[in-house]
Amino acid sequence: MTVRLGGGQGFYGDGHRPVDDLLAAGVDYLVCEALAELTLAILQKDRQRDESLGYARDLPLYLQQVMPYVLDGRTRFITNAGGINPVAAGRAVVGAARSLGVSGVRVATVVGDDVRSRALELGLPEDALFASAYLGARPIVEALDAGAQVVITGRVADASLFLAPLVHEFGWAWDDFDSLAAGVVVGHLLECSGQVTGGNYSGRWWENPDPTRIAFPIASVEPDGSAVISKPPGTGGMVTFDTVREQLLYEVHDPAHYFSPDVVADFTSVTLDDLGDDRVRVSGTRAATPPSTDTYKGLVCMPAGYAGEARLAYSWPDAEAKARAALAFLRKRAEENGVPVEEWREEYFGVSAFGGSTADNGDCEPPEVIGRLAWRTADRESAGRVVGEVGVLGLSGPPTISSTGRGRGDGRPSQLLAVDPFYVDKKLVDDQVRVEVEEV
Amino acid sequence: MARIQLRDLCGARSGDKGDISDLSLFADDEAAYEALLSEVTADKVKAHFGELVDGDVERYEARNVLALKFVMHGALGGGAPRSLRSDNLGKTHGATLLRMWVDVPDDVAANAKRRERPPLP
Repeated sequence: MTVRLGGGQGFYGDGHRPVDDLLAAGVDYLVCEALAELTLAILQKDRQRDESLGYARDLPLYLQQVMPYVLDGRTRFITNAGGINPVAAGRAVVGAARSLGVSGVRVATVVGDDVRSRALELGLPEDALFASAYLGARPIVEALDAGAQVVITGRVADASLFLAPLVHEFGWAWDDFDSLAAGVVVGHLLECSGQVTGGNYSGRWWENPDPTRIAFPIASVEPDGSAVISKPPGTGGMVTFDTVREQLLYEVHDPAHYFSPDVVADFTSVTLDDLGDDRVRVSGTRAATPPSTDTYKGLVCMPAGYAGEARLAYSWPDAEAKARAALAFLRKRAEENGVPVEEWREEYFGVSAFGGSTADNGDCEPPEVIGRLAWRTADRESAGRVVGEVGVLGLSGPPTISSTGRGRGDGRPSQLLAVDPFYVDKKLVDDQVRVEVEEV
Repeated sequence: MARIQLRDLCGARSGDKGDISDLSLFADDEAAYEALLSEVTADKVKAHFGELVDGDVERYEARNVLALKFVMHGALGGGAPRSLRSDNLGKTHGATLLRMWVDVPDDVAANAKRRERPPLP
């Protein structure tokens, strides 16, 4: 038996068209991973405005795409788009299903990752904006075992979303750590959608076939945990040893000890074989020693002040000197106005904005430079006061000032959030995890 | 020995976890991997990044895919939602490391597979 998983989403805001290609190619499970670390902070800002938000709002659109395949019994749908409000997301899904005229579909919602109400007990700040533990695959397996065709979760670890259907289908035991590790590797390869199929490829990226239609990936997984990574026929991008290994190590820290809630996987045990024709075989995965931990990782979010920024472009000659003078002007004016700025950041696009002091432009004078000044203040009002001086630069600053185009860079303050990891006893969290199954 | 920029010798991809920048280098053959092992140490990477990285740099080996992993602490201005940096996710850090120059055996430099440049559309 082979189980086909489709990696339908890598972040909140990802493309929808490649999802149609996955569904048309045929996948047993469409798995959508919506939650980067940054996403939780974005969703928190939504929830601050409206208590019924806090989930990925394009969830109904995914549902609309996948529903015909769910109704046909061809595909089940798993997503962590519930964000920091999976209950509201579950309601939205049920509502969307009803408005599509659907009936007889089992929708499961996984709750319990939210530990904010237990902050004191866990030694976390009581005024945290959110505190969520990364759950593993177990509650999703429970939902699938109960016949759920659509599973909505909050903060479940990315790879565990993909591991769950494999455990459900193959009946892997929770102490069959090598198999679990193999499932985590498959999940990790799929969780960033187009990043394993040619997106962000650092090699000959310009040779990606049909680059406006980079495919999302499919894993065809065998009961022993080995898998072939591929992509739907007729799509763009590529699946090669090179594109797969770049994703294999993406954001994993120590590759010999990749910590997931379900298993500690050894990514250095993995063998990748390029089979040609956009197919790469993944095999040999083992768990690390010891293969599991007693804790879940979590993320806790606290307010961290406000930021504003201004971007000013200057032309050759002496573009960098002009941009530097303009930013110095703004800093001096903020100081004279008594604005309590806690942190400044200067960046010079075209010179060193990304490379810092590693950038060496030799004697080459850039044709234009954008100076970007960002600042942090404790309150929103102060952040707004710095940008009030930008207009003066138009006629009373260095010559050849230009804007950087419409919109953005207008200095409107935004809230900063500190999102920090914590670790919590698994038992404490497991006791509050619930799987609610509802038939629409 | 020959002097070569990492850009010509290997691939790179980087990302983030909190205030940690996580970066991998990918060699194209065993000889290039050995050269990276001896030349691109954690200390050199820390020195290369200078003011971009406040904390320690750790290196890990993944010989199965001819890759080196660098975990750089205090590298993103406090983490993505807290950072004042444009590149608050560290996506450019891989490229920044490719700017490093290293001394490698002549045959490794001669066999470097990444010298080709993309055409301008």
